[in-house]
Amino acid sequence: MKPNLILPALLMPLMLGLVACGKKENAEPAKAAGSEQIVKIGSVSPLTGPQAHLGKDNDNGARLAIDEANTKGIILGGKKVRFELVSEDDQSDPKVATIVAQKLADQRVNAVIGHLNSGTTIPASKIYFDAGIPQISPSATAIAYTAQGYKTAFRVMTNDEQQGKVLGEYAATKLGAKKIAVIDDRTAYGQGLAAEFEKAAKTAGAEIVAHEFTTDRSTDFMAILTSIKGKNPELVFFGGMDAQGGPMAKQMKSLGLKAKLLGGDGMQTHEFMKLAGADADGVIASSPGLALDSMPGGKAFRDKFTAKYGPIQNYAPYAYDAVQVLIAAMQRANSADPAKYLPELAKTDLNGVTGHVRFDQKGDVSGGSVTLYQVKGDKWQALETVGGK
Amino acid sequence: MDIFLQQLINGLVLGSVYALVALGYTMVYGILELINFAHGEVTMIGAMVALAVIGALAGSGVDLPGVMIVLAGVLAAIPACMALGFAIERIAYRPLRNAPRLAPLITAIGVSIVLQNAAMLIWGRQYISFPPILPVARHEIGGATITDLQIFIVLLSCALMAGLLVLVHKTRLGRAMRATAQSPQVAGLMGVNINTIISITFILGSALAAVAGVMVSAYYGLAHYYMGFLLGLKAFSAAVLGGIGNLGGAVLGGLLLGVIESLGAGYIGDLTGGFLGSHYQDVFAFFVLILVLVFRPSGLLGERVVERA
Repeated sequence: MKPNLILPALLMPLMLGLVACGKKENAEPAKAAGSEQIVKIGSVSPLTGPQAHLGKDNDNGARLAIDEANTKGIILGGKKVRFELVSEDDQSDPKVATIVAQKLADQRVNAVIGHLNSGTTIPASKIYFDAGIPQISPSATAIAYTAQGYKTAFRVMTNDEQQGKVLGEYAATKLGAKKIAVIDDRTAYGQGLAAEFEKAAKTAGAEIVAHEFTTDRSTDFMAILTSIKGKNPELVFFGGMDAQGGPMAKQMKSLGLKAKLLGGDGMQTHEFMKLAGADADGVIASSPGLALDSMPGGKAFRDKFTAKYGPIQNYAPYAYDAVQVLIAAMQRANSADPAKYLPELAKTDLNGVTGHVRFDQKGDVSGGSVTLYQVKGDKWQALETVGGK
Repeated sequence: MDIFLQQLINGLVLGSVYALVALGYTMVYGILELINFAHGEVTMIGAMVALAVIGALAGSGVDLPGVMIVLAGVLAAIPACMALGFAIERIAYRPLRNAPRLAPLITAIGVSIVLQNAAMLIWGRQYISFPPILPVARHEIGGATITDLQIFIVLLSCALMAGLLVLVHKTRLGRAMRATAQSPQVAGLMGVNINTIISITFILGSALAAVAGVMVSAYYGLAHYYMGFLLGLKAFSAAVLGGIGNLGGAVLGGLLLGVIESLGAGYIGDLTGGFLGSHYQDVFAFFVLILVLVFRPSGLLGERVVERA
């Protein structure tokens, strides 16, 4: 049987043509006309998956800042600058995060705002450090992120060492809970926060009666909540995100588990109230920083943001401030070159929407505070703020 | 010990849903020896369509009792899933009826991915919450709490499963289905329209999947484009556990898997002295499946697959 050569013979030139066309496009450099300089800033967050609403929130916060900067018209090194936001999706998965980080490093972006989760930010930070790209995370709170000693790693949100401590003390003293059950979602964030919470609660005299685990993709907690119910806690602490916290609150109610629910910044979001419905009422959660409306630029930011993108989930103001910090550092160094403005970044002293931003030697924001909120009706009401200034 | 009863109840509720979806897998495998990977996604589409209708009705301020609104959602989801199941069979599986076994398997995975991404594009990526319109009455039985919704899920699942078993064993259509499952060629010679029967199998399975989808989203209060993946995987495992192709096996396998998962997650921490935590909940169920298959490969109640002459 003669092999059928006609089809391959016809397809070969077609495929060669396509490859050649592709090559030609790549050969053209992305240089804009004359005096404009394009500065690419990467923004990485989960744009798909259970935390997509938070990822989009971060992305929008960064985008708002970028659009404002472009309208203002920044000049660096004598050239007018146009900022471009390169949005990438890490699916809150550490494996995808490293792939995306490498992609941005290869594109040689000038900075990265991201990632959102601690579990993705930490592995990605090594890649950015090796490439010399400064990285500011708006929301990763695990201590490990800045403990690695990378000069390029910064964050604008207070870390979990303080947040867990505040929560633990609040639970044991203010809420007077003597028997506490802890659940964490086994991510770098949830695990770390729960560990700090446990330490602080135990020091303040409470007893941890149970420590159960789940994942950041689960929706069924009936089994672990039933097991916890058998130990009769007064309070359940959840270290994890709102996509789990919401259904958890609902399932606690349906099981008749009368304990109070307490969580961290992963739960202190608009989406939590939607997912938990009526069972969200009375739930307490903390968030680093001051309450948005009590910050000097807070209300103005809220109005600007909601007009363009809808309700704020939680971290958008931090993403906004992260971009402001970046642009301010670039202006001080008069250059968008990471090697030149990185030293300026470390010397940041800026009054942003989220408060006074200054970095310590590790890249953490110094002098941070933690605010506790409670769901009343359809809003998170600020209860009290600990630390800060 | 009262938490044992509670874990059992949770497991039975979960298991009823698994059983409903497992029936769809087992019916199709019994006739075509095809693992319909897209079945989990059909369940998801059922949930999404129902939620869209329920959300629209609940938000429009129409004064109907919550139960009626959910019923409307279910009545919208069932025909949608039936049509979807029929379409999948005609478009993706029928052309491959005589192809080597691997081809329809890969196609099924492909259909599953297509449906997931279609749902993501249509309904977005976030969790869609179920409007709080159902009554939340709780009852105490021997230290355990059971809600009206849980009771309803178990009862409805039992009713549907019983209905399907009656259909398959006591009606003419059922006889044709069983004949096709035993040997399509001979059934064809006896005057059974094989293509029609296969289509009806897919349609029935998809209808059950639609109801299961609504149940899951009502139970957990949310639905999202990815919810069908793990649910489908577990339901298929349940079908294999009970004996693939065997309807009674699917029911048993589903209930058993639900109970094992629930008890496992509840007690695994104590059993292993904290070495394995409750986040191994999913692993536990699949681990038991592997154990059963090692010692009894044809499942608990035995396989019932088509005889290839």
